Amino acid sequence: MIRVQAQDFDVGAEMKALGNGNTGIGGMASFVGLVRDMAGGSGDSAMTLEHYPGMTEKLLANIDDEAHQRWPLEASLIIHRYGRLEPGDQIVMVLTASAHRKAALESCAFLIDWLKTQAPFWKLEETPDGANWVEAKASDDDAAAKWAK
Amino acid sequence: MKLLYFAWLKQKIGVASEEVTLPDDVGDVAGLVSWLKGRGDNYADALKDDAIIRVAVNQAYAKPATPIAEGDEIALFPPVTGG
Repeated sequence: MIRVQAQDFDVGAEMKALGNGNTGIGGMASFVGLVRDMAGGSGDSAMTLEHYPGMTEKLLANIDDEAHQRWPLEASLIIHRYGRLEPGDQIVMVLTASAHRKAALESCAFLIDWLKTQAPFWKLEETPDGANWVEAKASDDDAAAKWAK
Repeated sequence: MKLLYFAWLKQKIGVASEEVTLPDDVGDVAGLVSWLKGRGDNYADALKDDAIIRVAVNQAYAKPATPIAEGDEIALFPPVTGG
């Protein structure tokens, strides 16, 4: 499942809902992305996440399907936020549930690596010198490339 | 055809979206980008570095040779930075 939303989310509540009494699940893996304070603790590094409505949902659903094809997952959930976020705010969450930990951990890493280079989101940082579009990192492409088949 | 622009491409071009009618000899993504560059300094500046321009046709990633047609929704944007 995937959700693209402006509002915050509760990781514990989402995990519980994803499990939904399914006792075939032996483990869940989670990744939660937070807004890091890039302004050295001044708290002055809020950002606005822009996205491409429609394509974002489509891309995330494709990536989610791909994870289910590659690993024996019982359930999964990707939540990605958009809009203005401040340091410490949650941006993204990936949850994966499987009978065994290996599938849960690997598919969780795959999903976050893959969505970082594929899902159409762009970060506009607020800096003392004005708004600044964050540049893509080659290290993110490398992280995603290691999952290429 | 509907064109959408995101992030700094939108800022440089100056609009978020527009409807255009392509000349008959423009039939793929590469042709579209090159035609757009000729529409003004704002387009030429926004699209000057082809290597970092991403294009989606009907909400799926496209390549330079991907064919395009009237009625398509085409988005141009820089490399993504979510997550």
